[in-house]
Amino acid sequence: MSLTVEAPVQANPVEAFVRTERIPHVWCPGCGIGTTVNCFSRALQQSKLDLEKVVVVSGIGCTGRVAGYVKLDSFHTTHGRAIPFATGMKLVNPELTVIVYSGDGDLTAIGGNHFIHAARRNLDLKVICVNNFIYGMTGGQVAPTTPVGAICTTTPYGSFDEPFNLPFLAESAGATYVARWTAFHVRQVTHAMTEMMRKKGFCFLEILSPCPTLYQRRNRLGDGLEAMKYYKDQSVVRHGANTKEIAISFQGPIVVGKFIDIERPVFLERMNKQLTRTLDAEYAGCVGENVCG
Amino acid sequence: MEADPVGVLTGIHFLDGDQACCEGALAAGCRFAAGYPITPSTEVVERFAQRVPQVGGIFVQMEDELASSMALAGAVWAGAKAFTVTSGPGFSLMMEYVGYAAMTETPCVIVNVQRGGPSTGLPTLPAQADMMQARWGSHGDYQIIALSPNSPQECFDLTVDAFNFAEQYRVPVFVMMDECVGHMTEKVVIPSPSEIEIVPRRFTRLPHDKYLPFRAGVDGVPEMVRAGDGYGIHVTGLTHDERGYPSTSAETQRQLVDRLMNKIRQHTDEIVRYEENAVEDADVVVIAYGITARVAMHAVQMARERGVAAGLLRPIVVWPFPEKRIRELAARTRAFVVPEINYGQIVNEVERVVAGRAPVQLIPGAGGAVHHPEDILEAIISHASAEVAK
Repeated sequence: MSLTVEAPVQANPVEAFVRTERIPHVWCPGCGIGTTVNCFSRALQQSKLDLEKVVVVSGIGCTGRVAGYVKLDSFHTTHGRAIPFATGMKLVNPELTVIVYSGDGDLTAIGGNHFIHAARRNLDLKVICVNNFIYGMTGGQVAPTTPVGAICTTTPYGSFDEPFNLPFLAESAGATYVARWTAFHVRQVTHAMTEMMRKKGFCFLEILSPCPTLYQRRNRLGDGLEAMKYYKDQSVVRHGANTKEIAISFQGPIVVGKFIDIERPVFLERMNKQLTRTLDAEYAGCVGENVCG
Repeated sequence: MEADPVGVLTGIHFLDGDQACCEGALAAGCRFAAGYPITPSTEVVERFAQRVPQVGGIFVQMEDELASSMALAGAVWAGAKAFTVTSGPGFSLMMEYVGYAAMTETPCVIVNVQRGGPSTGLPTLPAQADMMQARWGSHGDYQIIALSPNSPQECFDLTVDAFNFAEQYRVPVFVMMDECVGHMTEKVVIPSPSEIEIVPRRFTRLPHDKYLPFRAGVDGVPEMVRAGDGYGIHVTGLTHDERGYPSTSAETQRQLVDRLMNKIRQHTDEIVRYEENAVEDADVVVIAYGITARVAMHAVQMARERGVAAGLLRPIVVWPFPEKRIRELAARTRAFVVPEINYGQIVNEVERVVAGRAPVQLIPGAGGAVHHPEDILEAIISHASAEVAK
């Protein structure tokens, strides 16, 4: 008769933030998206925000599925339009902390126009972009973030056009918080998410994340663990780095850190100031009972 | 429920259709608009941008129509009544959102001040060539409601109705104006708030543990909550079950799409609205909507003066289509004449419903101008009985 020792059952601390009835999720073994959701759950915990007032808005794609797993008011929108949806929601109810959680293709290809305009307006949105260098959900096509030389289904001879350097794009368009980490940097990702939740303004976090099924495999880069080793070995922390100089090349060094953290009046502050100045007592305000009645 | 007096500009005004439409939205309780400039619709949001800060609400000019339309969904799920305004090219871009709004049952209003197309076409001149796009423009099977005003007064009245329909059935509702009606200035009477009936959003009273966001009541329409109400809802454009959770089962798809179709189909009689003039004894019935109905009415009067028993049926709600009434008329009408400023859209519906029991003649218009009443008259007379035609 063998002796069995039952370990005490411990609840996973992130379970409180996840729709556990929807598990198992759709993500592949070795994918980094789930890791970022763990970080997000811990950041929610640390932020001390009233979770009833936190909303996640996603677009379409693998990361777009995050909205379906978080135990919050969550909206899975159309491809590229998470930011416009979030814009309408935040303007109508500024009490809400509105988090846009989506992928690189969704946010910066089909949704690229919305991304730059939301940053320009300094809408108070927290944009979390999981960048796996590829279109995962549709089977591994080239993305606006794919490093030059990478093999994708639509660049079978290697990608040749210049990818976006997302932190530079975000800063240029007017973001007030810009950071980049990888799925290896779970503590830093969690910390960045917590900072964003506490900060007012358009915040942008890029998280590099493995896609073992499509990006790693097609480029013979090993599995998710190999990707983690790459992130570990090649990441260089440079807080405050000039975003212009941190483009990513194929398997090249990755500059990570917090690059931008500035203050700038948000859209609603500017609007309220202008309308108060011009309309004075006639200005009936923009939010609260007026809109939500 | 009565209208909130804050948004109601009660009185007699001299307004164009675009301005009247804006006043209708404000009277209906709309406090959020997102838009992108496009002729000939822009005046609606220009007025909204001017008026809404004094009423309490927001106008935001977005970067394109994809964004303008999707911003409505965010605003609506945050609790506002919301609309956007556009014309042909922008309407095409909004079709992505229309499907999402239908699938997520997001009540909202989209105004299209129609202009000549295709593509950039005739930005400053009228057409009625988006009527089928309003019905079928997005992919997949779904139902919407569309109204067609023929005067600035109706631009006010029907915009209020559009918001009410949107809340009642949780569908996107279209106000299908045309450039003529949008830019025509006439007397508009805005009633007192107590005379304006408003359908409030159908918020649930169920507690968290009893509420399922996509479980419908007997009328096929689920109750809503707002983001921030503490219900932790999930909303997706994917096929979803009553919890709002995605599903890839064909059975879930069938149940969901059945309901999206039936919640309008089963209430068609309550939604359909049309106006008739001299139809009771008519040999020839003209079916026309929007600005074309005004021209057609003139033609019907001219026909009556010549002793031809002509009448006019004007669909005010175009979708769902007033097929029951047209089917009745088909049994005793010699012919139908359908003028519209396109190459044949609503006429296809008339032909489908009449089903060969009487001739149906289209009088097309390419866009850029309204019909000449004489062209409609000629068609009426050609279908009248032989003796009268002499």
